[in-house]
Amino acid sequence: MSSGTAAPRPSDEPTDERPARREWPLWEIFIRGQHGLNHRHVGSLHAPDAAMAIGNARDVYTRRNEGVSIWAVRSADVVASVPSEKGPMFDPADAKVYRHPTFFDIPDDVGHM
Amino acid sequence: MTGDDDAVFEYLLRLGDNCLILAHRTSEWCGHGPALEEDIALANTALDLIGQTRLWLSLAGEVEGAGRSADDLAYRRDAMDFRNVSLVEQPNGDFAHTLVRQFLFDAWHLPTLHALARSSDPRIAAIAEKATKEVTYHLERSTDLVIRLGDGSAESHARLQTALTSLWPFSDELRDPDDIEYRLARDGIAPAPDAVVAQWEGHVFEALRRATLERPEEGRGRFKGRGKQGRHGEHLGLLLAEMQSLSRAHPGASW
Amino acid sequence: MYAQMVKTDGAGVKASDEMTAEERDFQARIDEGSRIEPKEWMPAGYRKTLIRQISQHAHSEIVGQLPESNWITRAPTLERKAILLAKVQDEAGHGLYLYCAAETLGISRDEMFEQLHSGKAKYSSIFNYPTLTWADIGTVGWLVDGAAIMNQVPLQRTSYGPYARAMVRICKEESFHQRQGFDIMMKMAQGTEAQRRMAQDALNRFWFPALMMFGPSDAESVHSAQSMAWKIKIDTNDALRQKFVDQTVPQATYLGLTIPDETLVWNADKFGEGQGGHDFAEPDWDEFFAVVSGNGPCNAERLGARVDAWEAGAWYRDGLMAHADKQAARSASKDAA
Repeated sequence: MSSGTAAPRPSDEPTDERPARREWPLWEIFIRGQHGLNHRHVGSLHAPDAAMAIGNARDVYTRRNEGVSIWAVRSADVVASVPSEKGPMFDPADAKVYRHPTFFDIPDDVGHM
Repeated sequence: MTGDDDAVFEYLLRLGDNCLILAHRTSEWCGHGPALEEDIALANTALDLIGQTRLWLSLAGEVEGAGRSADDLAYRRDAMDFRNVSLVEQPNGDFAHTLVRQFLFDAWHLPTLHALARSSDPRIAAIAEKATKEVTYHLERSTDLVIRLGDGSAESHARLQTALTSLWPFSDELRDPDDIEYRLARDGIAPAPDAVVAQWEGHVFEALRRATLERPEEGRGRFKGRGKQGRHGEHLGLLLAEMQSLSRAHPGASW
Repeated sequence: MYAQMVKTDGAGVKASDEMTAEERDFQARIDEGSRIEPKEWMPAGYRKTLIRQISQHAHSEIVGQLPESNWITRAPTLERKAILLAKVQDEAGHGLYLYCAAETLGISRDEMFEQLHSGKAKYSSIFNYPTLTWADIGTVGWLVDGAAIMNQVPLQRTSYGPYARAMVRICKEESFHQRQGFDIMMKMAQGTEAQRRMAQDALNRFWFPALMMFGPSDAESVHSAQSMAWKIKIDTNDALRQKFVDQTVPQATYLGLTIPDETLVWNADKFGEGQGGHDFAEPDWDEFFAVVSGNGPCNAERLGARVDAWEAGAWYRDGLMAHADKQAARSASKDAA
């Protein structure tokens, strides 16, 4: 999952003086494949509301039998972890090797475990 | 062909030509749509219709038994031999006209296909069953857009109303079954036409109400063409001139 | 190729000791092959260059619909009609994926369209050429999509995450585009005399414009070096152009068509140490600059068509927003009641 709210405009870009037209909001689209278990993020699109986001997703993102179920989320509603905090967020899990079954050496005689 | 086959052939041409001409018109929008998402959605509709065209016209050629393929029928008949309803050959106009044309047609197309899926002719039933899924989506989409834009902004409402008033007379042909339709219904091949008309009116009238659109005056379609009987307006000739030009310029060539 | 006329900021690639700590970390992440995602810090130049490149790539896709869409209505069989329509539909989709990727950098789709329509933004030069016969449709698929694929496949490794992901999807879809074009060419080259003439004529007109797609040599370009350091650009223009020529020559031979370049010849030791490549004539770069600056055969029509579509579609886009707003207000008042 990559995108979230739009990044701030670069300060050297001129601002638009005209009143802003109401643009269709951006939606993130997730599709679950026919044999899949999870909805996977496939991209984004514009739609005026949630129902049309689903319809547009069907037309844009399922043309090649990509899936049988669609989730749409407003991009603005997606909350993401902060990339620069990757270290404290995720590295500590590396040191908890005992969470993995392979850490434990169970003799074969015990049978399947 | 027997008299029966004759009627079936005519009817299959009607089904195939409706799909072909509407697909052709819709495909004119590719690259010019009002939004990228809509450009893509419209193309899906046209692709579905081209697929249905090939199935109906192939079967028509089979029934005729003169060795004509779907391409032969599409690219080598003159306008007076086409059997599409006049509605589908109308020019795109603005997007409101395109949308209303699609909506009025879809509302007839789906109940027709539902009934054809139970045709006593298994070949027709098979094609109709496949097409039903596609057209269920077409009608859902066009209805939804008509309601949204009818009950949208002042401008979208006005444009839809104008388009509706202009295209409504062409719906007369959809609601005026002829001998072929009644005959094939009696033989169990095609739907009971009056039932289709009733479903069309039920769906369309309700959608227009939800769209806050005014239903136009009835009965103005008498002289608007009887395309299903081969009496078209001026638009079809121009459309076919463009559509068939390359194929006709190189008779016998493979592409 | 979508970076034609895209200038990066500054005087060139900074040496490590000229960079700030942030810039050094950023460059290190790129060098190790990590992806940069939208919420991360990035140099202003990186953001600006990406916005320009991705949006120009997107503009190229949607303008690129136009030369081929006009032949949908004249496609000579029902199958070709469907294939061409599906292909042109894909281009709209590619534009959509790329505009969405660019939006993550802080620019809206409306703003990008404004830049295209005002002439401020560029799009790939090739789409300013006319498609005059059905053989052009085959040639566009074969050469133009062929060149695009050559550029796009390496971009799947570009540093910016959303751009890379869009490129992966685009490449998957693009694979049929070149094949359907070549399929058309095969049918025509092996068809009637008239078809064969049409095929040769199309190749005659599109060969050099296709070579121009890769852009002029960037051996001297400061901007090209920065883009490569940031992995926004993966291969040099000349390298891609060479690869394209070497790949295409045997295809033309197979078709029995003649590439309109009398100097074209295999040079077994072109790059030294037994590494060969075709020697070939450079395109007319004056023509290229004229076309990119707006004076090609079809620039006015292409841009005009996009502006018309956008303006004619305003009521549709606004009407749907108006309905969505009404529905939201109705739900809100229902909840409040």
